[in-house]
Amino acid sequence: MKHVISALVENQPGVLARIVGLISGRGFNIESLNVAPTQDAGLSRMTMTVPGDDRVLEQVMKQLNKLVDVVKVTDLTQRRYLNRELALIEVAAPAKSRAEIVGLADLFEAKVVSVQSGSLTIQMVGEKEKVNDLIEMLKPFKVLDVSRSGVIAVARGEQVKP
Amino acid sequence: MKTGAQCIIDGLKRQGVKTIFGLPGGSVLDIFSELYHSSLEFVLVRHEQGAAHMADGYARATGKVGCCLVTSGPGATNTVTGLATAAMDGIPMVCISGQVPSSMIGNDAFQEADTTGITRAVTKHNYLVRNVDDLPRTIAEAFYVARSGKPGPVLIDVPKDVQRASTDKTTPKELSFRGYRPAFEGNSKQIARLAEAINKAARPLLYVGGGVIAGDASRELTALARKARIPVTTTLMGLGAFPETDPLSLRMLGMHGSVAANRAVSECDLLISVGARFDDRVTGKISEFATAAKKAHIDIDPSSIDKSVTVDIPVVGHAKPVLQKLLPLVDKGGHREWLASVNAWMKEFPFSYDTKSSQLLPQYVIEQVYELTRGKAIITTEVGQHQMWAAHFFKYTKPRTFLSSGGLGTMGYGLPAAIGAQFGKRDALVVDIGGDGSTQMNFQELVVAVEHDLPIKVVILNNGHLGMVRQWQEMFYKGEYSASVLKTTGRNRVENIPDRKPGQYLPDFVKLAEAHGAVGMRVTRQSEVKSALKKAFSTPRPVVLDCVVSENANVYPMVPPGASLIEMVHSMA
Ligand SMILES: Cc1ncc(C[n+]2csc(CCOP(=O)(O)OP(=O)(O)O)c2C)c(N)n1
Repeated sequence: MKHVISALVENQPGVLARIVGLISGRGFNIESLNVAPTQDAGLSRMTMTVPGDDRVLEQVMKQLNKLVDVVKVTDLTQRRYLNRELALIEVAAPAKSRAEIVGLADLFEAKVVSVQSGSLTIQMVGEKEKVNDLIEMLKPFKVLDVSRSGVIAVARGEQVKP
Repeated sequence: MKTGAQCIIDGLKRQGVKTIFGLPGGSVLDIFSELYHSSLEFVLVRHEQGAAHMADGYARATGKVGCCLVTSGPGATNTVTGLATAAMDGIPMVCISGQVPSSMIGNDAFQEADTTGITRAVTKHNYLVRNVDDLPRTIAEAFYVARSGKPGPVLIDVPKDVQRASTDKTTPKELSFRGYRPAFEGNSKQIARLAEAINKAARPLLYVGGGVIAGDASRELTALARKARIPVTTTLMGLGAFPETDPLSLRMLGMHGSVAANRAVSECDLLISVGARFDDRVTGKISEFATAAKKAHIDIDPSSIDKSVTVDIPVVGHAKPVLQKLLPLVDKGGHREWLASVNAWMKEFPFSYDTKSSQLLPQYVIEQVYELTRGKAIITTEVGQHQMWAAHFFKYTKPRTFLSSGGLGTMGYGLPAAIGAQFGKRDALVVDIGGDGSTQMNFQELVVAVEHDLPIKVVILNNGHLGMVRQWQEMFYKGEYSASVLKTTGRNRVENIPDRKPGQYLPDFVKLAEAHGAVGMRVTRQSEVKSALKKAFSTPRPVVLDCVVSENANVYPMVPPGASLIEMVHSMA
């Protein structure tokens, strides 16, 4: 099963290498990875999607928690969470198919952000599955290039304790 | 204002370091220049692997953080095996390595290596110090991380320009970590549950690892075992945590454990693991490990709980406070029937060997070491058959008296570790028990013992083979001794080595010892062993005793790899 792992880490050189090394050293493939600062300048949040066996991943999480630079690790797949991904998709768009592509983008609430002669670049923000769906739908038109941010995610409403 | 180099020396002193092991080079000359004027004792090794193992041996013997100092590039990479050895066994160490100047990092500069990258997986933590202002704090942090929680090695990589730069920063009064909070007292509810389980159990067993020694909890453990009358078995790392002379001791368990210990694991109804990690050399076939038992696991390291064996009562915490809280909650035990059965197994299946053999057997030598020292020695070992025999035929009664590479199984550990241990325990008798293979791996360090008048004893059980490899080849590879023969006759064709005269020794350990400035002696017969050992122990100098022993002795009993603990093999027959 796919796990969305969220790690709050100290913003230090070497942290990323340490975490990625620990996961990949155990033979897991990191499918997507996103790192960026948080509201606290000293901390960064890493969001990773990692496919793998639950039990083995639990062990990986414990190992991650043990790292000196890691403040907190959670497997978001075990709780309520929100996930989003941003994708920029360039798709071949000769005049005759342009309208149809724009229509599809509209259906997904995606935006055409750049128009070239012969191609369109679409910006899509949404749940990872939705992004996958849009790319699937665009495939018949010939997708020329895709760049995805990787999933970012937060647990829902856990910071405020009632 | 202080230079980075001064910050390092001052920082080490502040941490209570007295002895540093290492070897200089271009990128640490500033530190060595500071060292020259300091009150610290520096031990110049001959290979940086030796420095790391000495720091490790020092740490294991004393419980303090061991320290080494090496240059960039090859100096740092030479410590990797030593760091990995310490990391696997949870030994507190701080290693300081020089690095090329910051401006040259990443340029393939002379003697540059990505030291933090290379050592990331073999340290508990490491630092590349980019700014001299961070140095005083980093040193204090490194020592704290090394000794707290589950201890381990920490490396600090310091570029040359950082050593030369000046700072007015000092060591902070308090360290703050946002992610690292290792102090655990143990959850009281879990401890109460464990006490209840102990009080209900008919056939309880304590399974004790190195965590009890690292956590200084040997006294508490012994008190618990004696009060509740629970038999105790230890791992290789746990030897000395509970007196092996006590009637409750079942000695070591696992692949080369005692029959009694392994049977007890298979038949107990409550298995209480303290500071051990259910290593595969201990559990045998995991699906058949202690199937009749409820399992409890006391460990400082949350990641070791449920790693290979699912436990019913986990207690995350330091062994000492957990056992202290547990002790008043347990009833005085009886367990008469259970103790009667384990004692009967102990009687029926002691560690044994053919005492009537006319050959000099390796086990006999260790038994004599035990008798002549009356068990009062620090034993270090290399890795192989002799290591297992050192566990079988010497009884350990105190923590920090058996120093051996358990997790990584590093040949070449024992000799430098003995030197490190002797630096930490000047009055102790320190004996390295080695094989002829392993002992060659760091023999050059013997010079250090000679230079510093450290009267370590190196007892080599010379069987002319990489004995443990030979044993596995005999048992599992049809007796085809592929590259496991060290003597000068009978080498396999592929090695392309002609037979030489039998009785020639390569190397000649006696001459080798003498060439290093130590005393060299050789015995080839059982009748010579006692007097040779007596002489070695009363000689106030380093001694190498080459014991030419039977080539064919095997370590028994043995649980074949992949078998369950009750499927023990007692001999080849
Ligand atoms: C550095 C290293 N290389 C290889 C091994 C694999 N190994 C384990 S035991 C052993 C043989 C050790 O031979 P020796 O030191 O003569 O001891 P003996 O088994 O004969 O007592 C070997 C090669 C190891 N443990 N460490």
